[in-house]
Amino acid sequence: MSFLQHDVPLTWYLLLSAVLFSLGVVGFLIKRNLITVFMSIELMLNAVNLSFVVFAYQWHEVKGQIFVFFVMVVAAAEAAVGLAIIIAVFRVRATLAVDRIDLMKL
Amino acid sequence: MNQSLHLWLIPLLPFAGFLLNGILGPRMPKWLVSAIGLLAPLLSFALVLNAYALTSISAASCAGCGPATAVVLPYVETCPHPWLAIGSLHVDFSFVLDQLSLVMLLVVTGVGFLIHIYSVGYMAHEEGYARYFSFLNLFLFFMTVLVLAGNFLLMFVGWEGVGLASYLLIGFYFQRNSAAAAGKKAFIVNRIGDFGFLIGIFLILTTFNTLTFNQIAVALALKTGMQGGVLTVICLCLLLGAAGKSAQLPLYVWLPDAMEGPTPVSALIHAATMVTAGVYMIARTEFLFGRSPFALTTVAIVGAATALFAATIGLAQNDIKRVLAYSTISQLGYMFLACGVAAYSAAIFHLVTHAFFKALLFLAAGSVIHAMGGEQDMRKMGGLRKKLPVTFWTMTVAVFTIAGFPPLAAFFSKDAILYAAFVQGTEGKILWFVGLLTAMLTAIYMFRLWYMTFFGESRTADAHPHESPWSMRAPLVILALLSICGGWIGIERFSAYLAPAIGLHPAVSSTPHLELILTIVAVLVALEGWLIADKYYRRKPERPAQLAAALPIGYKLLANKYYVDEIYDAVLVKPLFAVSQYVLGWIVDTGILGGITWLLAGIANLSGMILQRWQSGNLRSYAAWLMAAATVVLLFVLIAQGAIPMAGPLTHFLGSGH
Repeated sequence: MSFLQHDVPLTWYLLLSAVLFSLGVVGFLIKRNLITVFMSIELMLNAVNLSFVVFAYQWHEVKGQIFVFFVMVVAAAEAAVGLAIIIAVFRVRATLAVDRIDLMKL
Repeated sequence: MNQSLHLWLIPLLPFAGFLLNGILGPRMPKWLVSAIGLLAPLLSFALVLNAYALTSISAASCAGCGPATAVVLPYVETCPHPWLAIGSLHVDFSFVLDQLSLVMLLVVTGVGFLIHIYSVGYMAHEEGYARYFSFLNLFLFFMTVLVLAGNFLLMFVGWEGVGLASYLLIGFYFQRNSAAAAGKKAFIVNRIGDFGFLIGIFLILTTFNTLTFNQIAVALALKTGMQGGVLTVICLCLLLGAAGKSAQLPLYVWLPDAMEGPTPVSALIHAATMVTAGVYMIARTEFLFGRSPFALTTVAIVGAATALFAATIGLAQNDIKRVLAYSTISQLGYMFLACGVAAYSAAIFHLVTHAFFKALLFLAAGSVIHAMGGEQDMRKMGGLRKKLPVTFWTMTVAVFTIAGFPPLAAFFSKDAILYAAFVQGTEGKILWFVGLLTAMLTAIYMFRLWYMTFFGESRTADAHPHESPWSMRAPLVILALLSICGGWIGIERFSAYLAPAIGLHPAVSSTPHLELILTIVAVLVALEGWLIADKYYRRKPERPAQLAAALPIGYKLLANKYYVDEIYDAVLVKPLFAVSQYVLGWIVDTGILGGITWLLAGIANLSGMILQRWQSGNLRSYAAWLMAAATVVLLFVLIAQGAIPMAGPLTHFLGSGH
């Protein structure tokens, strides 16, 4: 990936990461569909992954890349559990609107 | 000291008996329970006899047996592992055998064994046979620990233990409400005394920094000038403990009620052994009492007052066991009186003879009750002389002994006490006079009991008295022989034997004339008491009722035991209940404690009500809070790194990027 340093400055990658993360946050906050909210979380995770990789490359440090694997494993597990929960919720409530999944409220 | 006496086995054998009978008893046949229950005290008694034989060889220092086989008193046996080691305080499991504890052990295990035999006959048809024997063995275990203890703490363990055994046995017929109440009363009243004992032990600990009797005695011997002050306080605290255990004024109230227990228990615990523990304790700690004249005088006054007080009550009781209970209190008063005039050997002498004749009295009374089918009211007895010959003759011995006729045991010991009191100066004369008066009252009420029970016509038609089985008669006969011969050793030889343990306190000045005169006076007084009882209860049996009618107030006062129980109830128990219910129950518990709890619960509830608004149940609002919190944390981190203004890091990255 030697092209990286010459063609695209580091800052741009970081900016990209920040933009992706912010998109994830905004999506998480404003979307009503549970699946979209879930996807927003994945977006945030991958934005963080990107900055990990960039820093790892910048400082010739392998730890950042290793951490990315951890994040991916957790994300995979989370996806499995999260989708299962979403299916279970849909079966019970027949809706995926986060505003209406509020049975625990007092 | 190359020969072991195995002192630790003396308490341990009864304890093994307690465990065996207590755990396996209900599943074992009756003969096995009796065998275990009898074997434990018998073996202990054998060990004590063995110890006595070995030590008296050395005392006689005979030529044939060199010092190699001799065991020198005091003989100490200490567990190699320390019991308590807290800072500078070291307390060991140590048993000390000296002349005093040896005499006491002989009485406890010897009389204890006889009463165990008697119990086999007396309790034969009772429910809870194994339970009874296990408790009796438990009592012997704690009593021997108390006697053998080499320090205050171990003595306290035994002290509390005999209290527990006493409680269990008083409440043996726990289905009866009165028995359960009497057990509780004994335990609670003793607790007041134990409180004093415990405070005394703590004071000793702070003063001497040790609890071992020997070390305290040595420390005191070094401080020759130490007198009164804290020692008086210690001694008065110990006296309170002794008064609780030995049923002295003002803590005697539990002993008459303790007669709710089976009669052999009354004989063993509430006459012969446990109640004398207070006397034993004072004799054991005589090195402390010797340094506090005030405490000694208090002991003497308490003893004399109790002796007289209880004897007057004994005059008007109709329950045969209660008469004996008040007689016990009165005789214990004698022992305290002797301790108070520093005549410890006379006190222990009387303790020994009292153990014989009072155990005999109780066992004979038990035999009478057994024969009468559980009847304890003397007014319903009478004319039993022919029907119960063995009981009658042994009881006669006991009655003449307690009245102080020569040459029976109590004659010697009572005389020794009265003489020791008389030679103690002016106040000693008063004590002597009180003692003499008590002796006369004792003779009156004992002969009253004798006449009412055995003479005249039978006052119950439907009773068919029968003589008791041999297991009950044999102890009666043995104790009667002991009551006759027990005093023949004489006070001089007895105090000479005890001297190494408690010192030769009363300077037994040899004034035989004075002693002879005092003896004659005492015997005459006893004779007078007998004549009065004879006149009132045999020749003119209508006279007591006339006298009671003539002096209604006096009679009622005596018959109702001076209303002491009622006074205690009104002055102590009722206010305590009132304070407990109203002040502690309503104000403190419901008001303060409950109020604080209620307040805390209210605060929690209120904050919960406020905070629950936060929990909107809306996923996105949670996410928003999370976001906001993350932002705040980030800001803090940046501020902490000095990266404010916030554009700083960004421009830094931009700059480094280029």
